[in-house]
Amino acid sequence: MGQPILEVRNLVKQYPNVNAVDGVSFAVPEGICFGLLGPNGAGKTTTIEIMEGILQQTSGEVRYRGELLGPRFREEAGILFQKTALQDFLTVRQTLSMFRNLYDRGLDIEEVIRLCALEKLAGRDNRKLSGGQQQRLLLAVALVNDPSILFLDEPTTGLDPQARRNFWDLIQSIKARRKTIILTTHYMDEAEILCDDIAIMDRGRIIARGGPRQLLQEHFEEVLLELPRHDFPDEARHLVTKVIESADRVEIATQDLETTLRALMDARVSLQNLRIRPPNLEDLFLELTGKELRT
Amino acid sequence: MMRRLFAVWHARNLEFLRDRATLIFTLLLPMMLVVGMGFVFGGPPRALFKVGVITPQIDKHSQPGPMGHPFLQERYVDFVPIASASDGLPKITHQQIDLLVDLHGTPRYWVNTDSPKGYIVEKLLLAASPGAQRQPVTGAAVRYVDWLFPGILGMNMMFSCLFGVGYVVLRYRKNGFLKRLHATPLTAFEFLTAQVLSRLCLILFVTTILYVGIGTIIHFHSSGNLLLLVLIAVLGCLSMIALGLTIAAAISSEELVGGLLNLLTWPMMLVSGIWFSLEGSPRWVQWGAHIFPLTHLLDAERAVMLDGAGLAQITPNLAYLAATTLVFLAFGAWSFRWRVE
Repeated sequence: MGQPILEVRNLVKQYPNVNAVDGVSFAVPEGICFGLLGPNGAGKTTTIEIMEGILQQTSGEVRYRGELLGPRFREEAGILFQKTALQDFLTVRQTLSMFRNLYDRGLDIEEVIRLCALEKLAGRDNRKLSGGQQQRLLLAVALVNDPSILFLDEPTTGLDPQARRNFWDLIQSIKARRKTIILTTHYMDEAEILCDDIAIMDRGRIIARGGPRQLLQEHFEEVLLELPRHDFPDEARHLVTKVIESADRVEIATQDLETTLRALMDARVSLQNLRIRPPNLEDLFLELTGKELRT
Repeated sequence: MMRRLFAVWHARNLEFLRDRATLIFTLLLPMMLVVGMGFVFGGPPRALFKVGVITPQIDKHSQPGPMGHPFLQERYVDFVPIASASDGLPKITHQQIDLLVDLHGTPRYWVNTDSPKGYIVEKLLLAASPGAQRQPVTGAAVRYVDWLFPGILGMNMMFSCLFGVGYVVLRYRKNGFLKRLHATPLTAFEFLTAQVLSRLCLILFVTTILYVGIGTIIHFHSSGNLLLLVLIAVLGCLSMIALGLTIAAAISSEELVGGLLNLLTWPMMLVSGIWFSLEGSPRWVQWGAHIFPLTHLLDAERAVMLDGAGLAQITPNLAYLAATTLVFLAFGAWSFRWRVE
């Protein structure tokens, strides 16, 4: 593997009474989508903001193409923050034009507008955009300089399911341009679809690192059987070794699907509403942190 | 650098000019004030005698003229210390004072032969000091509305400079727009300069409209050079915009910024000479008022507009405005924060 596009070494960020980031190190190869996952308060936004050069770390360093963050990084990075307002009374095109002029190089405005499907909105006042449209504009702002590396900090939080899927399609098309993407999210389905490589953070530390499939293979040899809670009597509990319970359902983890199904049928457990599924990143997260995702 | 600066400057201009409600309010308020004040105060001068007494080496404890002179015992006359005859002559010419007297040695006095009040107060002087030497001058009285006009222009500049920039920067910081700009190659210096220049251009634009519009309504004619007025306006605005930026450079609380801006604007409203001349007020008030940029702006504006003063006479005011601009900008840039801490 060549030189990573971004490298984080022993990053620490201390606030009074709390270590938001506690000795984090990783490297991101060029051209991949790297996901930084974790619940709220895990330290992922603090980490990404230090990587973006917006926040000063207490110790450690961040290198872009081998250099400490500097003017070159500012020219070549595109950033979409969790929450950003744009200027009132400006149209989408004028906003993009203003940001485009802050960079020495970049894409043609019309190309960015096309890329982010903003053609019909180009003359509209920023204030009159819906949540999904605003997010597309902010993505376009992050792309005006044709960045080599793109930071997306929880880009689909607050969007409806349709807008989320549209946004994923946009990110896939950006990935196809061989851009490096650093994505933070607490939506595990988003990470599974978009990321090539992920790091899971909790309490300021990285607790797992690898490709989504690789991580699932490393941590799970089971499949999950999902049943409504009222279909799973207490007497059947001794038939299985690992049960994860929630308010209205139970999940049974098993390495031997046939034996477990037979045992449940012998015990006259109703399998009418049974669902069988492979473990996903959310299961992995719960496995690693032992708690529900904090949203 | 210039491209980035221009981009931010242009975007801010668009944002302001398209905010119609604010733009109309910015134009209408001072216009209504001037027309209203001119209507209320534009009538005949009030019956109060004001006599300038030449008093060299004025300080904050100065009493006008030599102690015990019988003329200075007259009732219903306001005696105002004036440093020299050259300082007092424009005031007697414009009938801002009714008589100018020098009671040191052989008494002498200047009276405006066009002034009815000057005629009466001259009789009082000659009764108390029969041998006083008469030095007649002529000149039309400055109407209150003419005197008020520069004050209203200055007040409008002050509010626009302080609140326009201070609150805009604060809003940008609180809604994350500044943080977004920080993620680009734009520097703090470029951002601040663009804000200063954008606000300066907009204020000059609005002030020009007001100057022409109100000047036409009240039949005002400046005695001095228009370019000099532009120079005063530019330096005065720069100083007050920089002051507004200094207040908003690092603070993220709207209440605190609002409080600090009010703390600045109210004393300026009262003692910088927008509504009335400070002559006759305690010396320490007059000295203290000169800490405010608005006082220097108004002094210089009135000197040019009413007395036809040249560059040399207003250089101290301009120098003060330029120096405070540099100090405020340096402090603002040093303490500037892109994001809410």
